[in-house]
Order: sequence, then structure tokens, then C-alpha cells
Amino acid sequence: MLAYLIRRVAQSGLVLLIVGMVAFGMFRFVGDPIDNMLGQERTQEDIDRLRGQLGLDQPFAVQYFRFLENAVQGNFGVSYRQGRPVSDILLERAPATLELAAVSGFLAIAMGIALGVFTAIRRNGFSANFIMSASLIGVSLPTFLIGILLIYIFSVELGWLPSFGRGETVRIGNWTTGFLTETGLKALVLPSITLGLYQMTLIMRLVRSEMLEVLRQDYIRFARARGLRDRVVNFRHALKNTMMPVITVIGLQLGSIIAFAIITETVFQWPGVGLLFINAIQFVDIPVMAAYLMLISVMFVGINLIVDVLYFLIDPRLRADRAGAH
Amino acid sequence: MTEPVLSIRDLSVEIPTRKGVVCPVDGVSYDIQPGEILGVVGESGAGKSMAGNAVIGLLNPPARIAKGEIWLNGTRIDQLSGDAMRRLRGKEIGMVFQDPLTSLNPLLQIGDQLTETMLTHLDISRSEAEQRAIAALQEVGIPGAADRLNSYPHEFSGGMRQRVVIALALCAEPSLVIADEPTTALDVSVQAQIVALLKKLCRERGTAIMLITHDMGVIAEAADRVAVMYAGRLAELGPVREILTSPSHPYTDGLMASTPLASRGKSRLHQIPGSMPRLNALPDGCAFHPRCPYVADKCRHDPGPQGVEGRAACWFPIVRERTA
Repeated sequence: MLAYLIRRVAQSGLVLLIVGMVAFGMFRFVGDPIDNMLGQERTQEDIDRLRGQLGLDQPFAVQYFRFLENAVQGNFGVSYRQGRPVSDILLERAPATLELAAVSGFLAIAMGIALGVFTAIRRNGFSANFIMSASLIGVSLPTFLIGILLIYIFSVELGWLPSFGRGETVRIGNWTTGFLTETGLKALVLPSITLGLYQMTLIMRLVRSEMLEVLRQDYIRFARARGLRDRVVNFRHALKNTMMPVITVIGLQLGSIIAFAIITETVFQWPGVGLLFINAIQFVDIPVMAAYLMLISVMFVGINLIVDVLYFLIDPRLRADRAGAH
Repeated sequence: MTEPVLSIRDLSVEIPTRKGVVCPVDGVSYDIQPGEILGVVGESGAGKSMAGNAVIGLLNPPARIAKGEIWLNGTRIDQLSGDAMRRLRGKEIGMVFQDPLTSLNPLLQIGDQLTETMLTHLDISRSEAEQRAIAALQEVGIPGAADRLNSYPHEFSGGMRQRVVIALALCAEPSLVIADEPTTALDVSVQAQIVALLKKLCRERGTAIMLITHDMGVIAEAADRVAVMYAGRLAELGPVREILTSPSHPYTDGLMASTPLASRGKSRLHQIPGSMPRLNALPDGCAFHPRCPYVADKCRHDPGPQGVEGRAACWFPIVRERTA
């Protein structure tokens, strides 16, 4: 187990290095930050001086290496646009995104698994078929359209929920939370549904198909032949086996919930890191973009690592260190 | 005659398909006495497993019992509600499946699978169930039973897993066990052990067994009586000696002749020409007539009498002179 963990962590590190390099390489094509930073009245001297200051005149390898060196120490440089350390800006924006992602992730997993199991067990029922058809909407409509539709119905027409922003937030240490105020909670509803809907339908459809597959297995037949109650067969015997592939997908989807929060945050003007990233692209704010991409990849890699460990815990066959006596 | 454990009367199972209704089991009747092993033989698709599934109430829809009656220990069970039937499964009727590699849940310890089955059917405490689980594993010959409760199925070999499956099927002490090809997926060397084990346990407890197989060797080894099935119908039913040595249905006769025997030497192995008809393409008359060496005109139009104990489902059963 330990050797396995160490190997996986090393692999993760390598992945991060490569992601960083690719991302860093791409920034060269986004545009020249100097254009935005200096006004119309600039001289070639100003430009050269600033370029030298920022280290942008250095070759790619040197820039990347310097970035890595600083990043390892937790220093992601200073935002070109705001003139403040990037790590401060990210920390300030992170709670908004993380809270949004947590709520939508929870929604997606809880509803996705529950509906998936329901539609698998009541395979031919009317409500199961209805849910399956309705889920096509979640899979096929793009996120921004769902967001706009929700805003139109619940904010514009019905006026029940706010259409943008986080509402009032409460500050606890470095963390600002919207969970504790009424407006904060209300503001969470539409964005989290928008963000989680796709993942929810995806998880639901996956759970359903996996569960149907598992329910056909011999050990389920044998469990029924032993007279076990339907509840036990479905939830103890079938669901556990269903969860193996589902966990992988859920893990990856959690990562993409955070990554794709960009769109939802833009639609709802949600003051999180996604919105920060979009603004940074417009301004060619390289330090912010680099830090954001690294953050996202760390998250993905970390989630994958956790998923692998979960596999270990669920499936006894993978626990190689348990010496099986034959 | 004592009351039979299981009594099937004129049982038919039908499956509605787009091309009409097919009948994988068609008017079959047989009894199983307490402590008796009834071998059910036939080719794949002859309806042997389907009849077993009908008895334990696990027919896969849209398959359903079309007519007939199933009696278990004097109670009619083919019309029971889903939950009443569930209570019977495991408690009164145990079932052993073909492939021990897939019939145990890979993510649950075998001790858990045993205790959960017992706790479902028996009014006992968890610790008592654990004691019984150890005893059950010992009985089926698993060495170090107490230490193996926490083992997962993948930590056992195929033969050992089938022992666990048998322990599971018998743990609530059912009066009938349906063993559906229990040895087919096992090594030849293990097959005999499993058959012997099944036989021993049932003799000790007086459990009746419906032993579904296509292996004549297993039948000769274990069964008291044999039911031969062909295309959903009962071809012949009788004591194992009689069926093996002097079959009266031409199909059984062909089946016996096609069984390799060392005593026959190197002579060419007999084959029954052709293959069993598909259920949606049954011929008129007797289903066996296209392959029957003794076919007569009557067989082509009239399906022949229903097979029952002592009477083959054939217009012209083979009559042998008693040599004794």
C-alpha cells in the first residue's frame, strides 16, 4: 500500500510538471501583457524596461524554471493587473468557488446516485422512464443556457431568487462564507443547480447502467435465491459493486465541477476563481492564469489520487498486501 | 408412500416473444421424495434449468408459469406473493448455481454472506449466526473455518468456492436444494468431491435434491431417480438403474449410447443425428421425431403421450426383455 502510494504521488508530481510546462508555453500566444499594462503614451524604452522587470525577455526555459522555483515556495508572483500577490487574490476568491462547487457536487452525487438507483430498480416504471427522458435535457443543454433559463424563470419571471452575485457573506478568519446568511443561501441555489445539473445527470445515467449490469450478475441471482430482502439485495449487494466504476467518474467530475465553474461563474457573476481567470485572460495576466491552472491541476491530480485510494478501500481484491491463503 | 417434498404437476413455462409464445417447459410432472436425489438431464435448452427457476420463483420476466401446480411439503407455492415466495427461498428451497466464481459477491466477506442469510430466515442472534457459519463451513470441508469467515471469495479456489456456495444454500436447512449444474464449471478432479459432498449432506439431513445436469457421469454417481427432458417435455422418468441400463425412450437410448464408457473400448462414439429443435421451430408431432431412428407416421402428427413415472413420452417405447 505504501509503495503504491509513493509511486502514485511521484506520478502525480510528474503530471503537474508537464501540465505546468504546457500551460506556460501556451501563454506566449495569448498576447503581450505589456500592451495592456502601459497606456497609449508609451515609449520603446518603457516597454523594454517593463519587459526586463517582469523577466519576459528571458528565454522560455528560464521563465518556466523561475516560475517553478517560486511556485514550490508558494509564491506565484504579482498580478500584472491588480498589483497584488496572486496567492492573496486566489485565497480571497477561493471560498466562493469552493462553496459553490461543494454544494453542486453534493447535489450531483446525492441526487445522481439516488435517481440512478431508483431508475435501475424500477426499470420499466413510468416515473423511471420519465426521469430518464428528462435527464437528456441535463446532458444535452449547455451550461450557460441552463443558467440563463434558470435566471429567466426564477429571477426575472418569478422573482424568487437573485440572478447574480453571492449575496451577503460572513467572514470567518480568512474564509468568507455565504452559508450563514439568507441572501447568501438564496444566491447559491441557481448557480449550484446550473453547475451540478450536468454532473448529476451523468452520474445518474452511469449509476443506472452500472446497476443494471450488476443486477444481472450471478451473485445477485444467488442472493435472491437465498431469500434476502430486496432492500438488502439492492443496496448491500448491488450498490456496492455498482460504486466501483462510479467512484472514478465522480472523482473526475468533481474536478471538472471546479474547473468548469468558469462558465457558471461568468453567467451568474459569481466572484470566484473562475471569473478571476476569465478576467485574467482578457488582460493577459500571466501570473494569475498560471497559478489558476496549477491550482486546477493540483486539484485534479489530488482527486485522482484519492479515488485510487478509495478503490483500495472498497475492493478487497486490490489489497495486495492481504496475503490470501489458498 | 411418504408425502413428497416437491411435487410438480403438469407445469408449463411460457415466454411471449415477438414471433409468438414459446414454451421452454411444457406439461412436466415429477415428484421428489425426502432425502431423494432426482437427476434432471437433457441438452442445453431442454428446459431443465427453467423448471428449476420456476420452482424457486426466479423466472426472468417475461418468462412465466402458464399452467400447472408446484407443491412444496403439501403447500401450493406457484401462486404465492412475491414476499411469501422470498421467505421460502433460502429457508425451504436452497439453490446452488453453476459457476462458483461468479455466484459469490466479490466485495463481501463470506462470513457476512453466511450470517446475513441466516439472520434473514432464522430467529437467532448475530453471535449465534457466526457460530453456525463456522459450523456450516466446517461441514462443507473448509479447513480452518473459523479463520476463513473474514475471507473474501477471491481468496478461495474454485472448488472451495463451490463448497462455500453449498454452505450458503444449506445454511438455513432447506428441505429441497436445487443444484443447477453444480459441477459443470469445476475441474474434473473436484467434480466428484462436490457431488459426494452434496450427497453426504443431503443424506444426513434428509434434504431432497433436484440435480440439474447434462453430465451422465454425475447422474450415475449421485441420483436415485432420473428425469430426462427433451425440448421442454419430460421424455422419461424412472429409477436411475432402469434409465441407464434399459431406457425406453429412443432419445434416452441415444443419449446413453453417446456417453463415452471405458468398457466400450475404442469403438466409435455414437451420435444422435441432428440437434434439438429451437423452441420457436418445434416440429409437428413428437419433438424428437426428426432425429428418431424408429420414427413412424404417427409420430409426425401426434405429439405422443405425456411422460410420467414409468411411461416414456413415446408412441413406441423400446421394450427390452428382462434378462434377470
